[in-house]
Amino acid sequence: MKLEFSQATVQYPPLKASDELLCALDRLSFGVSDGEAVTIIGPSGCGKSSALRLASGLLAPSSGTVLVDGKQVNRPRQSTALVLQDFGLLPWKSVYVNAELGLAIHRVERTERKRRTMSALEKVGLADFANYYPAELSGGMQQRLALARAIALDVDLLLLDEPLSALDALLREELQNLLLELWLERRHAQVLVTHSIEEAVFLGQRIIVMAPRPGRVVYEMSNPDMGSLEYRSSELYFKRCLELRKALASAGGEAQ
Amino acid sequence: MSGTRKSNADGKPRRRGNPALRRLACYAFAIAFVFAGWEITALILDTPALPTPAATVPVFISYASEMLPDFLTSLYRVLVSLLIGVALALPIGLALGRCPEADALFAPVLYILYPLPKIVILPILLVLLGLGGAPKIALIALTIFFQVIVVMRDAAKAIPQNTIESVRSLGCTRIDMLRHVTIPATLPDLFTTLRVSSGIAIAVLFFAEAIAGSTGLGYFIMESWAMISYTRMFAGIIALAILGVLIYEAFDLVERRVTRHRR
Ligand SMILES: Nc1ncnc2c1ncn2[C@@H]1O[C@H](COP(=O)(O)OP(=O)(O)O)[C@@H](O)[C@H]1O
Ligand SMILES: [Mg+2]
Repeated sequence: MKLEFSQATVQYPPLKASDELLCALDRLSFGVSDGEAVTIIGPSGCGKSSALRLASGLLAPSSGTVLVDGKQVNRPRQSTALVLQDFGLLPWKSVYVNAELGLAIHRVERTERKRRTMSALEKVGLADFANYYPAELSGGMQQRLALARAIALDVDLLLLDEPLSALDALLREELQNLLLELWLERRHAQVLVTHSIEEAVFLGQRIIVMAPRPGRVVYEMSNPDMGSLEYRSSELYFKRCLELRKALASAGGEAQ
Repeated sequence: MSGTRKSNADGKPRRRGNPALRRLACYAFAIAFVFAGWEITALILDTPALPTPAATVPVFISYASEMLPDFLTSLYRVLVSLLIGVALALPIGLALGRCPEADALFAPVLYILYPLPKIVILPILLVLLGLGGAPKIALIALTIFFQVIVVMRDAAKAIPQNTIESVRSLGCTRIDMLRHVTIPATLPDLFTTLRVSSGIAIAVLFFAEAIAGSTGLGYFIMESWAMISYTRMFAGIIALAILGVLIYEAFDLVERRVTRHRR
């Protein structure tokens, strides 16, 4: 098991002193195997980001445990990467330096660093833009840069928090394809948080549906046939999307 | 979609013309503008207390070499006090901005001390440090100190949480965070506060030199006033303006070198 939540609970201090503790995640339990691609879907506020922050070691659970490779994560781990919704790029650094950042922080040796940065930029199609600054890139290119930073690291656990939600539909599909190809090639364990039913079914071998107040898993769907670009236009894919839509609707009804 | 942008060799669109020449032209315009306003005001008021630029400029030229030591003294005092004030305030401001616990504790202290006119402690500084440059430098540094703390604290607070978390998730140390995020993110604010502070520094310096000691442009100006030599006084004021421009331009130059990205 690569990543394992068991009874992980997250409580945030209330915004007003009069409120009670906000239970963002209530005894969350699920696991992700080595090389497995899991997607998490659910309405805003159901604790998806909190779950990823737990997995990446940015946040410690109030109770319960979060294990990566069987060890409790209490700080960020070198071969886990987290990609955030609005990219988390550094506007004062060039595309190249942004992509290189993780390697620089891990003190990777210089020539090796350069080789891996360039190969990551090539993979996402940004090699020609190495000297640009993030503000000079389109939204889709910025997102690809955030991905490049993660894949330069040679990770075995990739956490993606709604990485494509800021993009328009066409660009989204292009980057979903890129994500799939990267995963097929590298076979890292992957947890992708999304709002989109199609994205969840296209990119997840297993799909976890969460509901809010308190955040918890309400449904799990297995989707073993994913893993090719053609899947998107198959009968099965549409069937699974429909099934997931129904599950979400009934989960939403339950949450009301 | 790669490589289709029109650009020159280094991949950046560029503006035409020599930037240094453009800047000189801007200054020529600024000088003409200020002198015209001054000339008109002087003609309307028609008082010896406000000599015209035409009368002042020759006096300025004739006093130029006599003023030079005072000019350099004032320049030195402003720069050293800026350096001390910023060097002390920068780490404190950034630390307060990044550490909510420390901020909760010290913000009230800051709010009490920041608006106080620091000039009130000049008499104490004069007693402790004498009549030379030291009390003036200490006074300006103190004034700048609070200014810079407040601005840099707010700048550090304004760094997006997402940026911080995305770098923290890479497993960085505190030094990495400072180097890759906190310092570059707040650098533009540092230059803004440097510019504001240098204006304040020159004002405080003038005051301090005018009321104590016998060196610096502030003293030169007050001495001219006491001699009722208004053209000499305004020659000193021109020198003070040049001092300000030099400092601003120096900051601009450094800023352009260290912040190449566009915001
Ligand atoms: N740093 C925080 N402080 C207080 N409450 C938070 C914080 N982060 C998230 N929350 C709350 O926790 C709940 C779950 O948030 P989050 O994990 O971001 O959910 P999601 O990503 O599914 O939208 C929400 O109600 C949110 O308001
Ligand atoms: Mg979220």
